[in-house]
Amino acid sequence: MVKRYGNLTAVDGLTLTARRGEVTAILGPNGAGKTTTIEVCEGYRNADAGIVRVLGLDPAADAAALRPRVGVMLQSGGIPPGVPAAEYLTLLSRFHEKPHDPAWLLDIVGLTGSARTPYKRLSGGQQQRLSLAAAIIGRPELVFLDEPTAGMDPQARHATWDLITALRADGVSVILTTHFMEEAERLSDHVVIIDAGQVVADGSPVKLTGSAGQLRFRAEPGLDTDSLLSALPAGSAAKESPAGHYLIEVHEGNVEPALLAAVTAWCAERGVLPSSLRIESRTLEDVFLELTGKELRA
Amino acid sequence: MTAAETAAPAEVAGRFAPAPGAAPMRRMVAAQAVLEGKTLLRNGEQLTLMLVIPLLLLIAFSLEPLVSFGGGYTRIDFLTPGVIALAVMSTAFTSQAIGTGFERRYGVLKRLGATPLSRTGLIAAKTSTVIVVELAQAAIIVVVALFLGWSPHASPAAIVTVPLLVLLGTAAFSGFALLLAGTLRAEATLAAANLIYVVMLGVGGVVFSLTKFPADARPLLELLPTGALSTGLRDVLAGGAVFPAKDVVTLAVWAIAGIALAARFFRWE
Repeated sequence: MVKRYGNLTAVDGLTLTARRGEVTAILGPNGAGKTTTIEVCEGYRNADAGIVRVLGLDPAADAAALRPRVGVMLQSGGIPPGVPAAEYLTLLSRFHEKPHDPAWLLDIVGLTGSARTPYKRLSGGQQQRLSLAAAIIGRPELVFLDEPTAGMDPQARHATWDLITALRADGVSVILTTHFMEEAERLSDHVVIIDAGQVVADGSPVKLTGSAGQLRFRAEPGLDTDSLLSALPAGSAAKESPAGHYLIEVHEGNVEPALLAAVTAWCAERGVLPSSLRIESRTLEDVFLELTGKELRA
Repeated sequence: MTAAETAAPAEVAGRFAPAPGAAPMRRMVAAQAVLEGKTLLRNGEQLTLMLVIPLLLLIAFSLEPLVSFGGGYTRIDFLTPGVIALAVMSTAFTSQAIGTGFERRYGVLKRLGATPLSRTGLIAAKTSTVIVVELAQAAIIVVVALFLGWSPHASPAAIVTVPLLVLLGTAAFSGFALLLAGTLRAEATLAAANLIYVVMLGVGGVVFSLTKFPADARPLLELLPTGALSTGLRDVLAGGAVFPAKDVVTLAVWAIAGIALAARFFRWE
């Protein structure tokens, strides 16, 4: 898929497949093309090139057939500011053949106490929860959630994760974008990382983060990492970042017992006691930063 | 959110099994129209524009000899058709332009675009709301006017010509309302719609007779939608005209132009 805005190519030959019944997370820095990709799938924009199919249909040409089957949560807004939460949900329920009971759904997203509060007077997190409820009121087969937990407090975020997990368990396909790596790692069957309009990584969270390939420990700052590295098996890397935090990475493999022994032996020779020593896999955030760089995006 | 408000997954298991489907078009349109109506009632400025100003004009100008009216009509007989024309403009044009402009700004139109309610359905809902509001406005204005001594001098054909004029006027005003709302920023729409309302109040034959304007200006003013609607309604309701052909044609042309331009240039987001 290709999508240009004037001279800017927002989506540049992106190919991705989200399987039915799975949670697919689309990650990427700001401006990577996440929202553009989702909005093409939602039928808001036409791609300039490529083929887009949603539930086997063309989101532009078959919009009327798709709309009842797809739930949409926009990144922000879309709800009239003066309309009370319950009234808005009731309106959307009237657009569907077998909607959820609006009062029940309002309860599920924790908004029963704010049923009569106009949208503009809800907190940011409450607005997000109403928007999420609006996306699923019509019992959709597929939901697009654009940054569903942005602005939510931790309680609301966990409740939303539970809700997304429940949707998946009942066979609803979910496509979400997020900046929270933990969210993607916990919820998704499939993670797609995009940058500059292209897919840079694609797979299950476990596949992307790999197996246990890191050893971290804390100790006094300024240890000689070159000396440490020379004591380790080949194929390792050692660095101190930030001061006093040491990271030993094993490329293409796991941390073996011999590596752990070598590290502790090296420390013992120098009378250094490593603390907080952990053997772990890389996090999705490590992978994300490695693929998309650490510089700030405009 | 307290712990009690947070749903445990066990409570919801099995409840989200997909069962999609659109409701019948009529139910969607009715639900949207009811919401649009409630939104209008919640909005004090819009109500002022649609009801308070027309009624104040009707009462103030009929009781005090502020201006002299042309055409040999009594004060209230002259005013009532003009005030009905103003009420139609306020609802179909000013209020609709402002409301839709802000809906566009807040992404409400975009979000509705993802629901089973089609754009045709949305337009149908807005039109239904406008017509119901206009009927309510007309009923209130007629009752107040009758109380103030209004006695229509109309032919039986008015049963057809008055609704025809009002419908054509509504179509013309709605077309231009959506043209403004769908092309300008919400603030610009607000300013333009209010300005046009005030200017039309002055030069649209609402309370000031077009016969009082310079002879050169009058034919042009009668070709404006507000002028055509107020003149047509006045000819029918006060002058006993059977069919104000010129005004009907004028409004029809504005309606076609407005709707065509709106359809061409309206941007949903």
